[in-house]
Amino acid sequence: MAQLVECREVSKQYTRGKETLDVLSGINLSIEKGDFLALMGPSGSGKTTLLNLIGGLDHPSSGDIINGGANLNDLSGRALAKWRSENIGFVFQFYNLLPVLTAQRNVELPLLLTRLSRTQRQKNAATALEIVGLTDRARHRPGELSGGQQQRVAIARALVADPELLVCDEPTGDLDRDTADQILNLLELLNRDHGKTIIIVTHDPKAADHAKHVLYMDKGELLATTT
Amino acid sequence: MGQTLEITLLNLRNLSSRLGSSSVIVVGIAGVVAVLVGLLSMAVGFEAALTSTSMENRAIVLRGGSNNELSSAISIEEFNILSGMAGIEAASAELYVVADVPKKATGKPANLIVRGMREEGFVVRPEVEIVAGRIFQPGKGELIAGIKAVDQFQGLDIGSKVDFRESGWTVVGHFQSQGSAYESEIWVDLAVAQANFRRGGSASSARVLLEDPHAVELLNATISEDPRMDVSLQTEAEFYAGQSASRAALINTFGYMVAVIMAVGAVFAALNTMYTAVSARTVEIATLRALGFGGLPVVVSVLIESLLLAALGGLLGGGLVYAIFDGYTASTLNSASFSQIAFDFAVTPELLQLGITWALLLGLVGGLFPAVRAARLPITTALRGE
Repeated sequence: MAQLVECREVSKQYTRGKETLDVLSGINLSIEKGDFLALMGPSGSGKTTLLNLIGGLDHPSSGDIINGGANLNDLSGRALAKWRSENIGFVFQFYNLLPVLTAQRNVELPLLLTRLSRTQRQKNAATALEIVGLTDRARHRPGELSGGQQQRVAIARALVADPELLVCDEPTGDLDRDTADQILNLLELLNRDHGKTIIIVTHDPKAADHAKHVLYMDKGELLATTT
Repeated sequence: MGQTLEITLLNLRNLSSRLGSSSVIVVGIAGVVAVLVGLLSMAVGFEAALTSTSMENRAIVLRGGSNNELSSAISIEEFNILSGMAGIEAASAELYVVADVPKKATGKPANLIVRGMREEGFVVRPEVEIVAGRIFQPGKGELIAGIKAVDQFQGLDIGSKVDFRESGWTVVGHFQSQGSAYESEIWVDLAVAQANFRRGGSASSARVLLEDPHAVELLNATISEDPRMDVSLQTEAEFYAGQSASRAALINTFGYMVAVIMAVGAVFAALNTMYTAVSARTVEIATLRALGFGGLPVVVSVLIESLLLAALGGLLGGGLVYAIFDGYTASTLNSASFSQIAFDFAVTPELLQLGITWALLLGLVGGLFPAVRAARLPITTALRGE
C-alpha cells in the first residue's frame, strides 16, 4: 500500500513559564493509505499532540511531517488552513457542532470553503448524513440529538469534503458502550467500504479492537505496535 | 468573503443567547451618543438662533469700537448721513436696552431685550410676521413680543400690561421671525422708548438693507473718510457669528468632554462584552479554524458583530435625543448683550451622523482586541476551551 503519512524525528516542546516540557520526542512513524490506526497510552503521553500535528493543527518543534505528499512545515497560516480543509476530516470527543445550525448545515460547513454551488453542497451533505444513517435528523439542531447522533453528525461533517484522512480524538470518550460500538462500527465501515484512512486516539481497548494497528505511547515516545 | 459572511451570520444567530451582555454594548453606546448629540444640539440650536437672525444683504451699524448693541450709541446726525448714503436701500434706527421682567420658569426677574424702532424696522426685516394681534402704534406705550419671549417671560399675553422703567406697557401683538434671536425680544416704538429710557434722540444701532451685500468694505471706507461719522458697519452674519462663537465653543467643549469620559466607559463595556462573547465561543471558533476557516474572517466577523451592536446603540441614542430634544426650547444668557436668548435644540442630520460615527468608532475599538485574540489563539489551545 502507498504511504500517506510519514513522521520523521518529530519532537514537540511546550514552554510554561521557565519550564520546557518535552511532549513528543523523536517520533518516527509511517502510516499507509487505507490504514485504521489507534493511538493508545496514558493521559499526557502525547497522543493528542501527535494527532494534532498529523492533522496540521500545530507545527512540530523539530522534525518533519509529510502528509499526502505535503511537508506541513512548509505550510502556515492560510495555506495550512486550506490544506486541512481539503485533506483532513476532524472528529472530536465532544462533537464540536455549532449549536445554532441544523445537522444538515453543520455537515455543510466544510463545503462553504469550496466552490460548490449551494445545491451541490446540500446534496453532498445529504449524502454524508445518509452514510451515517441520520437522513431523518437533517433538520434537527444538535441540542435535539443524542450524544451518539451528534457524533454521527460530526463524522458526516468530517466526511463531506471527501478527505483522505480522518483524525478522531477520543471519538467515543463521551458515549456509553453501545453507542460507542455503533460509532466504532461506523468508522470501521468508512475505512473498509469507503477507503478512508483513520487515526483515532483512545483510552478504550475495545475501541482499539476495531483498528488494524494499535500504537502505544508513553512519555512522548512510541513504545510498540500491535496488529 | 463567503467565509466572513458565513461566520458573521453564525455570530448573529448566536446573539439571541447573549441578549443580556449584548444589550450592555447597545445601551452603553446609546448613552454616549445621546449625551454627545444632546449637548451638541444645544450648541447648534444656540448658533442657529443667532445666525438665522442674519440676512445676506442686511448689515448692522454700531459705534466705532463697539462690538455689541448694548454698549453702542449713534446720533441722529450719524443715522441721517448713513441713511442717505449710496448703496443703502433702507435704514432703521434702533434703541437696544434691557428691562427686568420675571421669567415663567423661576418667577425671578431676568434681562429681556427691549428694541425701540420705527416702521422702517419692519422694512429691513421682511421675515418678521405678526402671528397674533397687531403692530404697536407710534407714540403709544404699546409693545409686541417675540413668540419665544412670550414662552419664557411672564405677562406677555396680548392685552396684558407689563411694567418696566416706571411705565406701563400694553402687549398688543406677538411676532415670529423664522426662529431667530429677535423672537426673544420685545419691540416698542422708538420715540416712546427713547423718552422712557431717557436716551434723548440717540439710538443704539441701526439696521440697514444693502443694495449689494458685498458693498460693506466700500461703505466702511466711505464712512471712515467722513469726519462726522464714528460708526462701523458689518454684515449681520459676521456680527452674530462673533456673538455666538464663545458660548457655542463652551457648550461644544463641555459636550465633547462629557462624551469622551462616557466613551471610555462604553469602550470598556464593549470590550468586556465582546471578550465574553468571543470567550464563550472559543471552541466554536477553534472548530471553524480547524475545519479550514481563516483567521481574518474570524476577526472581521467579530468586528462586524461589534459594529452592528454599536450602530444599534448609536441609532437608539440618536433616535431618543431626536424624539425628546429636537425643537425643545431653552434659554441662556447671551453674554454679549447680558440678556436672555431663547433657542431650540437642533438635532440635525449632521449631528446624528456624528453620533453614529462615534458609535461605530467605539464598536471598532471594543471589538478589535477580542477579535484579534480569537483569531490568534492557537487552535489546539482553543479546542480545549482555554
